[in-house]
Amino acid sequence: MTRILASIGAAVLSSLAALGRFVLFALGTVSHLFRPPFYPKELGHSLLQIGYFSLPVVGLTAIFTGGALALQIYAGGARFNAEAVVPQIVAIGMVRELGPVLVGLMIAARVTSSVAAEIATMKVTEQIDALVTLSTHPMKYLTLPRVLAATLVMPVLVGIGDIIGIMGGYLVGTQRLGFNGATYLQNTIDFLEPLDVTSSLVKGAVFGFIAALMGCYYGMNSGRGAMGVGRATKNSVVMAAILILASNFLLTEAFFSA
Amino acid sequence: MITLSNVHKAFGDNKVLRGIDLTVPKGTSTVVIGGSGTGKSILIKCILGLVEPDSGVITVDGVDVTTQPRDAFLARFGMLFQGGALFDSLPVWQNVAFRLLRGSLKRPKAEAREIAIEKLRRVGLAPEVADRFPAELSGGMQKRVSLARAIAAEPEIIFFDEPTTGLDPIMSGVINDLIREIVAEIGATTITITHDMTSVRAIADQVAMLHAGKIRWAGPIGDLDTTDDAYVRQFVSGSPEGPIETLR
Repeated sequence: MTRILASIGAAVLSSLAALGRFVLFALGTVSHLFRPPFYPKELGHSLLQIGYFSLPVVGLTAIFTGGALALQIYAGGARFNAEAVVPQIVAIGMVRELGPVLVGLMIAARVTSSVAAEIATMKVTEQIDALVTLSTHPMKYLTLPRVLAATLVMPVLVGIGDIIGIMGGYLVGTQRLGFNGATYLQNTIDFLEPLDVTSSLVKGAVFGFIAALMGCYYGMNSGRGAMGVGRATKNSVVMAAILILASNFLLTEAFFSA
Repeated sequence: MITLSNVHKAFGDNKVLRGIDLTVPKGTSTVVIGGSGTGKSILIKCILGLVEPDSGVITVDGVDVTTQPRDAFLARFGMLFQGGALFDSLPVWQNVAFRLLRGSLKRPKAEAREIAIEKLRRVGLAPEVADRFPAELSGGMQKRVSLARAIAAEPEIIFFDEPTTGLDPIMSGVINDLIREIVAEIGATTITITHDMTSVRAIADQVAMLHAGKIRWAGPIGDLDTTDDAYVRQFVSGSPEGPIETLR
């Protein structure tokens, strides 16, 4: 019995220590936002990598999800003669939930993994140590630009994802389900409220922060060798996905609880 | 002058450094030898602050390294890493001029590039190499680029971590000669980590042997072959027989 309690205690302590390290890492990253030197070129590069080059995956994810959502709502709504709500539910579903969450998860898959692998490889090959010896703070040079870029660009990606998702629903609705195009769009616009859009963009910013931060954190704390890089990459994506889903629940609760 | 007094460092149960005492006189080339995994690299990482010692004092020119402003302190150092540690995402010239493109030593881009090309020339690399990426270079060329980066800002103190590991004998000779020439030219204080005895003889003014977490022996290079220390004699001769345990 004592042994079981000891192992539970050790696991709890280890988890709390890991949480503490992560919080310190996050606070350290944010604190560099206000202390020069800054690296605008690195920020620009990260904006391009995380933002512009993620557009295809965001667009494809959103359009197929919007289309499938329209089909599901139509089929489900038909059970109680509510087929006409497809535009409204697609809009609210995409903007409030599916847009930010799916874009967040796709960014976790695409960006978190690549950031973690890149920084972990830099660590394994002593490039991080080299940065320090060249009087350059790794958090300032590597972490801050990526985290800031992801936080700034994710609301834009989510906004684009929302629009493309709604357009996916529109295409299915008008081409497959027989909706009138103008009416579909009018219903969408009429039904969406500013809070829906605001929540979507705020979620995007939070998810971007989480996705990039997890990549940087696990990369910087990677173990040695190829196995260390692989483990850092895997853990970063898993943790980013879990934190995105958990924070999505909390944000939804905060924005829309009655 | 660099001094280490009773420096200890452990990673969990693994006590890597167990009381290092070492003095590196200003303007001299000190080579630290010792078997693989004896903590040679950890030693120089402790001096640079990349690894925090558990106890002990490290001073540079009489001042405790932990009390010095970090940027100004690091600006005095250059370092050649074992694997080169070149930044994959930057072209060669930006690797060499990294320190000259940002921070307190920042210069205009054109001037920094000019200095980088001059340093590349100094290590025997043509200007055309400047715009290539590290992955496009051979191991020997990467080492030379890393050497150029280490000397680009003309630091007072340079560390070389296994500068000839993985290179063929001719390229090793080239790197050794370059290090010797550059050190003489800049007048820098250097510590070189190696277990390549050819490099030791080519580079060293004084030699220190690290064994079991302590400096086992230290002395001028001229005394290396005449010392009675059985550990040093075994290491220098490369014999499997002797007090240094080997796994077979």
